[in-house]
Amino acid sequence: MKMNTRGFRSQLKDSIPVAELSPQAGAYGVPDTLRKGFTSVKNELLPSHPLELSEKNFQLSQDQMNFSTLRNIQGIHAPLKLQMEFRATKQIQRLPFLQSSNIALDTLRGNDESIGFEDILNDPAQSEVMGEPHVMVEYKLGLL
Amino acid sequence: RNALLEAEFTKLGHSLPAARKTGTTICGVVFKDGVVLGADTRATEGMIVADKNCSKIHYISPNIYCCGAGTAADTEMTTQIISSNLELHALSTGRPSRVATANRMLKQMLFRYQGYIGAALVLGGVDSAGPHLYSIYPHGSTDKLPYVTMGGDAVVSEFIEEHVQLGSCSFVIVPLVVKILWQALEYEAAYGGTQGIWVTELDHCLALRGSGSLAAMAVFEDRYKQDMQEDEAKQLVRDAIAAGIFNDLGSGSNIDLCVITKNNVDYIRPHDEANKKGVRQVYYHVS
Repeated sequence: MKMNTRGFRSQLKDSIPVAELSPQAGAYGVPDTLRKGFTSVKNELLPSHPLELSEKNFQLSQDQMNFSTLRNIQGIHAPLKLQMEFRATKQIQRLPFLQSSNIALDTLRGNDESIGFEDILNDPAQSEVMGEPHVMVEYKLGLL
Repeated sequence: RNALLEAEFTKLGHSLPAARKTGTTICGVVFKDGVVLGADTRATEGMIVADKNCSKIHYISPNIYCCGAGTAADTEMTTQIISSNLELHALSTGRPSRVATANRMLKQMLFRYQGYIGAALVLGGVDSAGPHLYSIYPHGSTDKLPYVTMGGDAVVSEFIEEHVQLGSCSFVIVPLVVKILWQALEYEAAYGGTQGIWVTELDHCLALRGSGSLAAMAVFEDRYKQDMQEDEAKQLVRDAIAAGIFNDLGSGSNIDLCVITKNNVDYIRPHDEANKKGVRQVYYHVS
């Protein structure tokens, strides 16, 4: 796909990023074994299952494929308009510590009429932990 | 993370608990007015029968049913997810769903997971375009045929894929394959699946079948005719599953049938109790 997809290719994950503070850090900055499991740098750099990367990128590759087909059939205007709408709907979010439904984005993508494993397993609405509300809002507003 | 833990575990020399599989015989036949699906009812966990009377014919929509072989959890969850999606789709289009739609949804999902979801399915139903029967393999390929059977050869295929490289000469490959097949047989026999393998060489490619489905296919090849009556078709499917039950350790117990016609679905469970548990003759009392 030769079109200018600045934004797409840079978002595809070909490795798992090592954050500054490792994802295993819980309270007090040490790895939280009870909640996050054992730590392993190899685990964070390389995929531990052949399908891990392809699943991480799945939604993105689907979008890429759809936009490319649309571009070939209808011309450049169709994916451009759709991408503009995607960006607009991605900005409709609740406060940072709450789970947003993303209903407009799902409708645009066509995901509002299908159920997958991401809806059944690991549903963010049912997660046991939540970010600290005040801190997250302050960070978002740049006050921190 | 699970893959990593599994790898660590086997390094230490322990073996993981065996997944519950349905090392199974399932089959389907298209007859004059519709489709007959048949399945045995044994679920195995390694060398043990985990469930003597499990239900392998799953509901997808009022006019479409699906038999599942392979890992029991995979077939169960896959058919449930596709059933939900098909219901949403039917509500959205306002028409009763088609078998081809279910087939496409299943194959796209199984291909996405590259065969890691071990679900081999026989999908059958009657829609506005007539009766249809599809067989769907774990990697996502599908066949549309008038009669299909499935069961028991998933692990063997994986072994072959892992060890055999394309393009090697026939005289190098055949002894290598025989050696691998013996290993695979031991592995599979422990899982209660394939008990014997037929290898035929056709133009530089090898064709394999597990014996569970082979026994059933043998019955079909002998007696299938186009446009059978319902009773004939039911008898044929019953005999095919019985062949699988008696000749394959991974299949057993009863025979379930599902007859789908244009306006009517007959879910006959059990259609035939091929293996009845014996009745104790005497009361052995030790005082």
